[in-house]
Amino acid sequence: MQDKIFKALLILSAVLIPVIGGGIILSLTVDASGAFKEFGFWEFVFSDDWITTAGKEKYGALPFITGTLLTTALALLMCIPFSLPVALFTGEYFKGRKIAAVLGTVIDLLAGIPSIIYGLWGFYVLRGTFMYLDLSPQGSGILTASFVLAIMIVPYAASLSAEFIKMVPAELKEGAYAMGATRAEVIRRVIFPMAGSGIFSAFILAIGRALGETMTVTMLIGNTNQMPETLRTTGNTMASIIANQFGEADGLKLSSLIAIGLLLFLITAIINIIGKILIRRARHV
Amino acid sequence: MNKVKFRIFKSRLLFIMVCVLSGITAIPLVAILGEVLIKGWNQLGWSFITEATPNAYKAMIAAQAGEDIPGGIANGIVGTFLMLFLAAVVAIPVGILCGICLSEYRKSWFATFVSYLTDLLQGTPSIIIGIITYIWVVVPMKGYSAIAGSVALFIMMLPLIIRSTEETMKVLPDTLKEAGLALGGSYWRVMLKVMVPAALGSIFTGILLAISRVVGETAPLMFTALGGAAISWNMTKPMSAVPLLIWEFFNDPNLQNLIWGASLFLLVFVLCLNLLAKQVAKKWKV
Repeated sequence: MQDKIFKALLILSAVLIPVIGGGIILSLTVDASGAFKEFGFWEFVFSDDWITTAGKEKYGALPFITGTLLTTALALLMCIPFSLPVALFTGEYFKGRKIAAVLGTVIDLLAGIPSIIYGLWGFYVLRGTFMYLDLSPQGSGILTASFVLAIMIVPYAASLSAEFIKMVPAELKEGAYAMGATRAEVIRRVIFPMAGSGIFSAFILAIGRALGETMTVTMLIGNTNQMPETLRTTGNTMASIIANQFGEADGLKLSSLIAIGLLLFLITAIINIIGKILIRRARHV
Repeated sequence: MNKVKFRIFKSRLLFIMVCVLSGITAIPLVAILGEVLIKGWNQLGWSFITEATPNAYKAMIAAQAGEDIPGGIANGIVGTFLMLFLAAVVAIPVGILCGICLSEYRKSWFATFVSYLTDLLQGTPSIIIGIITYIWVVVPMKGYSAIAGSVALFIMMLPLIIRSTEETMKVLPDTLKEAGLALGGSYWRVMLKVMVPAALGSIFTGILLAISRVVGETAPLMFTALGGAAISWNMTKPMSAVPLLIWEFFNDPNLQNLIWGASLFLLVFVLCLNLLAKQVAKKWKV
């Protein structure tokens, strides 16, 4: 009898997850339908209008989708040259040694810093540097936001990649050394091909993080609702427009913001599921 | 021979580059910690953690007189702990039960499906959790409240606890369970009194990491708990939290002097939780 109750509790708690997941999609779709009905789905996605004047309201998601994709792509580009070395450092060159553990802790702490503190640091420290270097006229903008995003996703990409680099069998590496390969050649010809799919999925998951990052981007991107023209200009991402305007929104605007939320949810969900499927496969080879 | 030397040179070059670039990666941590420590150290004090946030007018007067801004972040500290406590009290048992379920029925399609869904939920941007809690809790309750904030934190913590429980239970040897059952223990007793205690170290690590991840979250609280200037214990009313206060200080020029103290408090708290989790993981490795 008690076993039955216990098993029922187990199933019940597991059912909660699909309920929450399904509930998120359902609630967002219902509340976003107002915007989709008014403007049409594709029209909403591909319109770059953001007119809040009462009576002439017109909302489109394109500038924000562009902003999100742009910052994420830039952050990914900037994070690769740092996360791969860190992964090699902890997973290959200094595997199992104290210095690798130290760098591993540093990376873990970097992952633990709340995003609002990254935002503060970017706003009060980096912004001045960016202006000084003439990388961006106001200091804040797409480039600044992407730069800090890159720092934020390095830990995710690095620690996961290191896990797969460590898993490469020693016999394979030893075989290559025995044939006269240098360490660099072993890394390129043995480690990367063997750990490649795992490293790839690590970067996919890092993309997933960058897509939805909110506070840092909101504090650094400058928050303008037009299409970004160059990387130096300000913009907005899907997450930052919601963070900025959700609080005082109602009616059609609220519905449009929720519609942007739904799109963001779907994009991150697709990226994350691809990443997780790949990573589970890579782990069980 | 020259070719061999070139290959060795290339290999050394790669090694040096890896070391240099890895070193550079550590710079942001040092820079951020240093910045927050230097600017925030003076502000931290007894009154900073026991007094509530001053209103903008008081702060403005003090700033104009050249004095330190009075008050602190006690309202945020109380709010953070209350909301976190309520969220954790629900999320820990539910998460552990769900983790057990996913590990026990690991061969069924349902468990695989839920497991993937948990991953998906874990990757959901925190701002979306904020919106959804707004729709689910704030709108029906007709107002912002600390309960809504707790619900948002609960949804964020749950997947982390589930996954850490599931992963640990999966690596426990089957013989442990079989021995318990062979001794005549009923299924639920074996599960809760043998299996869970055996996995406790890793589950505890998961819980600590879950807490450290949500304690600094701002986005899911902005449209749920909203914030408030006074110390409040009423969960049905809006409540502040430390990250919310930082956001408030960031947006209010009069209160900007309080930013760094609050950030230092949050940063130290989060990083200590992280280090503690690492220690626990090392000590109680399954």
